[in-house]
Amino acid sequence: MPENGPRNVLEVRGLRRAFGAVRAVDDVSFALPEAGSLGVVGESGSGKTTTARIVVGLERADEGEVLVRGRSRTGRGRTGGRAARLARAREVQMVFQDPYLSLDPRTGVEAALRETLRLHFPGRDHARRVRELLDQVGLGTRAADALPRQLSGGQRQRVAIARALAVEPAVLVLDEAVAALDVSVQAQILNLLADIREQTGIGYLFITHDLGVVRCVTDEIVVMRHGAVVEQGRTQEVLTAPGHPYTRLLLESVPRPGWDPQAIAAARRALQGVSAK
Amino acid sequence: MNPTQPVPTLDIQGLKITLPGTARPVLDGVDLTVRAGETVALVGESGSGKSLTSRSALRLLPPGAVVEGAVRVGGEDVLAMDADRLCGVRAGSVAMVFQDPRAAVNPLRRIGDFLTESVTLTGATSRTDATARAVELLGAVGLDESVLRKYPGQVSGGMLQRVVIAAALMGDPVLLLADEPTTALDVTSQAEVIALLATLRERFGTGLLFVTHDLDLAAAISDRVHVMYAGRIVETGPAEDLFARPRHPYTAALLASTPRMEGPRGRLAAIEGQPPDLREPLHGCAFATRCPLATEVCDQRAPLPAAAPGRPEHRAACHHSDLLEGSAVDA
Repeated sequence: MPENGPRNVLEVRGLRRAFGAVRAVDDVSFALPEAGSLGVVGESGSGKTTTARIVVGLERADEGEVLVRGRSRTGRGRTGGRAARLARAREVQMVFQDPYLSLDPRTGVEAALRETLRLHFPGRDHARRVRELLDQVGLGTRAADALPRQLSGGQRQRVAIARALAVEPAVLVLDEAVAALDVSVQAQILNLLADIREQTGIGYLFITHDLGVVRCVTDEIVVMRHGAVVEQGRTQEVLTAPGHPYTRLLLESVPRPGWDPQAIAAARRALQGVSAK
Repeated sequence: MNPTQPVPTLDIQGLKITLPGTARPVLDGVDLTVRAGETVALVGESGSGKSLTSRSALRLLPPGAVVEGAVRVGGEDVLAMDADRLCGVRAGSVAMVFQDPRAAVNPLRRIGDFLTESVTLTGATSRTDATARAVELLGAVGLDESVLRKYPGQVSGGMLQRVVIAAALMGDPVLLLADEPTTALDVTSQAEVIALLATLRERFGTGLLFVTHDLDLAAAISDRVHVMYAGRIVETGPAEDLFARPRHPYTAALLASTPRMEGPRGRLAAIEGQPPDLREPLHGCAFATRCPLATEVCDQRAPLPAAAPGRPEHRAACHHSDLLEGSAVDA
């Protein structure tokens, strides 16, 4: 593929997905540069999670393409078979909001990591890699034997991140991955994610509704509403000079001193009125 | 506090709750007041005891809890009253709004039934009157009466939370306990719900205890803020003052670890370590092991709340409050 500038580790082109009459994802395109961090923001029903699930491969697209390192993961390029499926899993990994639901309650931390490694890299020495991964996410050897319920929310999310990193993916999709955590723990995980990106050059696709988080951890941002992209660009620029009224509404909705919820509520209704016509 | 003032809506004094199998109290000497028409925010992280504190106003306590202190609603001690009176408090004077509206309603019953059941069940109100009241309150929360015939699954989360707030107001409560009422909502719906709560507070004079983990939200909406850590109120004061000039290192650290729309980007000042385990006794300050200012005295003696010089309303329980003042802690 002839391309100038930095290579895109992930590219999404003209993605569409309808559930009945609802156009959940409506012509969504964006690109994530190598070692970049892209935030997808929007409210419930904006299509951000469906987009993420299509990128990961948990959902199928009606139209459009998802490319990782220039190779298509969707449509005609998609072949069946176990090996192909595992190869796709090694490209993109996902971390969910609630690590309690994404970890098997009966499997210990070390065993969970070992299982993933055995599936993807049979016949290698996993003990060292497990230690390496635990170390990378800041979990001690004491946590290694623990069951998910014996860990705190932050520790569980570290386990989920370690398991996602185990296959050395090119892209990590984080779907509200820090939303359920306490502020102080959230800060630890966000810092950890920043360190991992610096060390490994992994790309992040951050799905979130929290603009403070987006500002802190992403280089670029895509704002979605009703399944479509309403604005995209450099995070810093979009957040300081939003071009779309919906982006402005989102920004104004973030609580701060002197915040006027009445005005936001009015602006919200006005915007809904406009788009309903 | 001024003795000439009327009886506070909610007055918690020296509340101490001990649960079986723990080495220290889950709540340890909590003092908190909410006056009529006032919004008080209770801020803290998971396990700090903020929800337990708010639930104590309804005497919703975990099994086996040993309780000391007083929790007065309109001057009456909820902890000491008999079952009949308590039933009256729960049905009328104190109402609660929870985080997840979907978990607070029965999905198989129409919203109209959900709204009216609390007042018709006690026999205090007829069905017709209850429905009329429900329609009025739905209007107050910005919904029309067509909602009455709908099922919870047919409305959005923001709409359902407004329904739950309307339901909470059916019994004309003097005190509304809102436990993370907007956490499950989108930011723009959050603004709607907050605007609504503010209007209702002005209109009905309801006292509001707002439990949240969101410091910025607490600062934006409340008159006074209490910050909790490991079962203790570590700092309390007028919202603006407390956030501009925190006098407890925990408050300062929380402020610094929140990703914001202003200020520098990049790495956050995370608080290392974890809150103390309930299974281990506490001898000194609960925050000492994570605190950058901690000295020997912090491990030995639990600090008592003390007022800031010249600001009696702003109190912090820290041996080193004066070191924080004036330093660039809110960076």
